[in-house]
Amino acid sequence: MPTLTAPSRRTFLQIAAGAGGGLVAAFYLPPTPRFAQAAATQAASTGTALQPNVFVRVTPDNWVTVVIGHTEMGQGASTVLPMMVAEELDADWQRVRWEQGPTAPEFAHPILHSQLTGGSLTTPAQFMPQRQAGAAVRAVLVAAAAKRWNVDAATLRTERSRVIDTKGSRSASYGELAAEAVGLPVPEKPVLKDPKDFTIIGKPLPRLDGPAKADGSAIFGIDVYVPNMLTAVVAHAPLFGGKARGFDATKTKAVPGVVQVVEIPTGIAVVAKDFWAAKKGRDVLTVDWDPVLGERLSSDDQRIAYQKLLDVPGMPAKSVGDVSAATKTAARTITGDYFLPYLAHAPMEPLGAVVDIRPDRAELWISTQWPGGNQDVAAEMLGLKKEQVTVHTTLTGGGFGRRSFPGHDFVREAIQIGQATKAPVKLIWTREDDIKGGAYRPAAAARMTATLDAKGTVTSIANRIVVQSIIITTPFAKLMIKDGIDPVSVEGSAFDMPYAIPNSATDLHTPDYQVPVTWMRSVGHSFNAFIKETFIDDLAHAARQDPVAFRRGLLTGKPRFLTVLDAAAKAAGWSTPPEKGVARGLALHESYGAVVANIVEASVSATRQLTIHRVVCAIDCGLVINPDLVKAQMESGIVFSLSSALFGEITLRKGVVDQGNFDDYPLVRMHQTPKIDVVLIDSREPPAGAGEPGAACIAPALGNAIFAATGERIRTLPLKHHLQIA
Amino acid sequence: MNNAGPCACGDRAAILRLFPLDARETTPMITLTINGKTHQVDAPEDKPLLWVLRDDLRLTGTKFGCGAALCGACTVHVDGNPVRSCVLPASAVAGRTITTVEGLAATPIGKRVQAKWAELSVPQCGYCQSGQVMAAAALLTHVPKPTDADIDQAMSGNICRCGMYPRIRLALHQLAGTTPSATVSAPVPGVDVPPNE
Repeated sequence: MPTLTAPSRRTFLQIAAGAGGGLVAAFYLPPTPRFAQAAATQAASTGTALQPNVFVRVTPDNWVTVVIGHTEMGQGASTVLPMMVAEELDADWQRVRWEQGPTAPEFAHPILHSQLTGGSLTTPAQFMPQRQAGAAVRAVLVAAAAKRWNVDAATLRTERSRVIDTKGSRSASYGELAAEAVGLPVPEKPVLKDPKDFTIIGKPLPRLDGPAKADGSAIFGIDVYVPNMLTAVVAHAPLFGGKARGFDATKTKAVPGVVQVVEIPTGIAVVAKDFWAAKKGRDVLTVDWDPVLGERLSSDDQRIAYQKLLDVPGMPAKSVGDVSAATKTAARTITGDYFLPYLAHAPMEPLGAVVDIRPDRAELWISTQWPGGNQDVAAEMLGLKKEQVTVHTTLTGGGFGRRSFPGHDFVREAIQIGQATKAPVKLIWTREDDIKGGAYRPAAAARMTATLDAKGTVTSIANRIVVQSIIITTPFAKLMIKDGIDPVSVEGSAFDMPYAIPNSATDLHTPDYQVPVTWMRSVGHSFNAFIKETFIDDLAHAARQDPVAFRRGLLTGKPRFLTVLDAAAKAAGWSTPPEKGVARGLALHESYGAVVANIVEASVSATRQLTIHRVVCAIDCGLVINPDLVKAQMESGIVFSLSSALFGEITLRKGVVDQGNFDDYPLVRMHQTPKIDVVLIDSREPPAGAGEPGAACIAPALGNAIFAATGERIRTLPLKHHLQIA
Repeated sequence: MNNAGPCACGDRAAILRLFPLDARETTPMITLTINGKTHQVDAPEDKPLLWVLRDDLRLTGTKFGCGAALCGACTVHVDGNPVRSCVLPASAVAGRTITTVEGLAATPIGKRVQAKWAELSVPQCGYCQSGQVMAAAALLTHVPKPTDADIDQAMSGNICRCGMYPRIRLALHQLAGTTPSATVSAPVPGVDVPPNE
């Protein structure tokens, strides 16, 4: 966790100057007044602002503005980070607002050392720094009041954006004190509150960005317009790695509004005065795609190839005890082979970027999870210094990992088009571009094998995994891949599960295709949790034990897991049989420092119609910043992964992706969503994130409910191939 | 299998039956009445209302999600009815009363919907929510006391990738003063289970 130090005045000025703003102003001035948050801050505030660190500004109008370096993509960063600050600052929550910050070193991801939002890391990484930032500002305001009233600072207290001198019966607002506090020494290690004294953290406060998202005034990347901006769409090769041999733009250029047609490495860009003209132009563009270049994978062949690899030992990932010895003395062996397909993230906001490239600087507006990486890529491509590249992170219409794809595919395209057009350009990927555009959650196969002794005790478990490496083509390969094992390929498998099984072995095959893959919400857990928890369910069944009792037996000395398991079971009424025709399934999984259990109640009719009635979710994510937002994240992860489990499938035939829009890549809708009840464990552990843990358990819990209902063990997803989905 | 849900109001052919294009040649200027204001727009006859709203009029509240009337992010009201503007030619609705999310608060129901959305923290990423509030307001206008089946019918054309359907359903019931069926999630803000020893 980075220690917060207040930047020196020199550093502070560098940050402000580098973003083109003055000392008093916000770090950057938005190009259009439509970026309401920052503009409102600008307009309302006159006079000297107090901003002793990048994170917090107090203005004379008594507003506290929390500047965030993370992307607000729905997970609630723009509410929970200000809550952390406001708590230690003793700010009046009604006078707290947020502002999107620029790319700056202070906002860097603690492990990856770049400004990036992901890995469910915002809350745990920022919990201390944000609190320290708030406490430091509180300290200088108190010092200013002490100076003003000529009293000992220790005699003063703070509450709701006021410094109060009880003895002298006087008080002053933070706004009134801001100017006087400027320049006072800022403590490097301010004293923080005891969590039992929290009055803001732990409260289910409504999210700060709710009103703007309900009234349509929220500006996403796709909503940004800059003067003289053109709009571009790209005709992409039908094959990954494909290239154009030539193209005929005669008809395209005849479409009114089309300005330019330009080849870029990934295809042919049609640039026009607006989206409709660009799209119409692309519709009549003829491209001669190279008949040889590109990936020609067919999904059917991939399945066969992966199945063959399951018979062959892979790279050993981890070995505990002696699985072969256990196998020799086994009374029973249980085994199962699994296959899960490629998945598309499909965030609701289409991918794209707005770029304005000048000879000596560049400005980009992007719905992005990785502005730091975008800035680096832009600087490299344009031959500029980082300081000459400004990346504005906009409100983001869903990320799920797609917008931190290390290939930076759509950002690179936008920059290439911008270089060619010499005008500001907005690149828009249509939904078809998105679904067909790669950077998928990789397809995965696995074989689980377990041995039981005569008493039904599990003596060994072996987990073989076949999956493309997500990390190997990224800048993190050297940091993360050890001995040929990509850690995200094996996370959540037998490799790191909590169950007390004395002998275990995990091995991995890492096939390579030109189909680009990347992390998608819960990453390796998105396939390994399904595989592991449905197989554990098989073992419970083989041991003739109740699934809850069976797991309890393997979790001795694991109080966190037991608490979550018991809480879910209690909330679901597990000990009471469900009503006739309804079956229950359970899954328990740890990821990103949080432990989650899901219990699904479902029915399967005689005609194989699946109906999901209810999901109970229990989570221990450590100390909870905003319980309502954690619950929302659980609801979100469940519905997100339910789409994957029920419908999700990207298939290829001779390299061409079959799917293109929401008709053939369907997502769960209102009428398919079950009742979801979330139970939060009141944990005093340090806070963990909640963005991904909720996404791992639903598929196995549902698979286990289907098994309980039908006796049928399903090991391949999506479920629509096995059952009718209501 | 078309998983477009029970609402068929995005079907382009159906829309053209409701709002037939005039048998005229390319008349460039289109007069559109949007949120009570009249706009003269120079747009090709086939240009969808969505792109006139966004690119010509800079009303960006109405969103592009799929371009094929499958996701509902582009929902506007035409004469009070929810319509998918991404497949609706702007020229077909000249002279009609068009309401976008920017104008929704002018109606009492719209204002209440938006306030309830904020109160219950319904949006996550929020990109689908313009379409959701438009569909929700239309539902409550036509069906003041919707059942869960009514909610399914009216709202299943609007995809929320962030999965906020339970909150949308709850918001609608609270606005209507109706009781959700047993299958609807109840909100339980706060922390539930005491700390583990």
